[in-house]
Amino acid sequence: MTRKRRRLYMVLAAMSILAGAAALVLGALQSELTYFYSPTDLAAGSAPAGRSIRLGGLVEEGSVERLDDGVTTSFRVTDLTSSVPVTYRGLLPDLFREGQGVVTEGSLSADGAFVAREVLAKHDENYMPREVTDALKKSGQWRDPTEATE
Amino acid sequence: MNMHRFANPGRFVRLAERILPWTGGLAVLALGIGLYLSLFVSPADYQQGESVRIMYVHVPAAWMALFVYTVIAAASASALIWRHPLADLVARASAPVGAGFTFLALATGSLWGKPMWGTWWVWDARLTSVLVLFFLYLGHMALSNAFDDQSRGNRAAAVLALVGFINVPIIKFSVDWWSTLHQPASVVRLDGPSIHPSMLWPLLIMALGFKLYYVSLLLLRVKGEVMAARLRARSMAALDAT
Repeated sequence: MTRKRRRLYMVLAAMSILAGAAALVLGALQSELTYFYSPTDLAAGSAPAGRSIRLGGLVEEGSVERLDDGVTTSFRVTDLTSSVPVTYRGLLPDLFREGQGVVTEGSLSADGAFVAREVLAKHDENYMPREVTDALKKSGQWRDPTEATE
Repeated sequence: MNMHRFANPGRFVRLAERILPWTGGLAVLALGIGLYLSLFVSPADYQQGESVRIMYVHVPAAWMALFVYTVIAAASASALIWRHPLADLVARASAPVGAGFTFLALATGSLWGKPMWGTWWVWDARLTSVLVLFFLYLGHMALSNAFDDQSRGNRAAAVLALVGFINVPIIKFSVDWWSTLHQPASVVRLDGPSIHPSMLWPLLIMALGFKLYYVSLLLLRVKGEVMAARLRARSMAALDAT
């Protein structure tokens, strides 16, 4: 039994050292593992300037405009604290709509606008049938999940 | 250790043969009912429309990918510490099944990502950590068969399984710790599921079906491993006799 005990302690010790090492590595890589920056990060200047970055947030209500050339869309991405104007040339994903989450990849131009090369729609963790959202909206109980703050 | 009551491989095989028809039958039943409910009865999503039905395969597969790896890690610990004779066999038998579930989760996720997100793949923390899990499974399978002496291969694979277990909590919490394209958890969360009951039930029945399928496959494959070990022992004995 003592040898089993010793092996148990060795495995436990190795696992805790490993967990500690993993926590340190992931903590150090925190900024690298972040898939996108928020508009507030951009406003605070914590996003690296000049290189390609991703910007994530909600498409601001009433901000989506199709420009006259027919392929360029302009909209504002907001995190409800600050917002950034974005222009994008190309096809938008199905889930792209006002009030929905998006992640755009591109870079900041000199005038503070974000020029996106790619736009991905981010959907939230809420799943429900359309009838339920209609009923909730009718009874005034509807709370837009995209506006829920943690 | 109480578990050593089941350590006798002969007893395990007899027990497995008794349970197998039940778990197999229930797996077919649960998957049948689950698929019918999820493909025909459950409603379309208010945002995603009909594409949401991919969830009923994707989510159970992803859960099983994590669950099977946890089983392998527990079996590996038991093999390394207590030398439980069946533990190595459980780990060996589980690895290809878990790799299959992980592949299914990655493939269905990719098919779901294209219409919803607009991309087949992104290198965000969730997707990347699940890909690492897939490689851990492949590494486990390769390593456990890499030595002529199978017990050495099993031991090396057990160490790999324990080291790789660090990845399991990373996968689970990646969507909370970092901003990812993948959405946060909908079912297993502190404030209750954020998924409507009419969609939650088919999902849970599918998950039950996946789990029963794994248990059936595990019993079958461990039985096979026991038989293979017996054959090896017998042919060794025959060699010694000559």
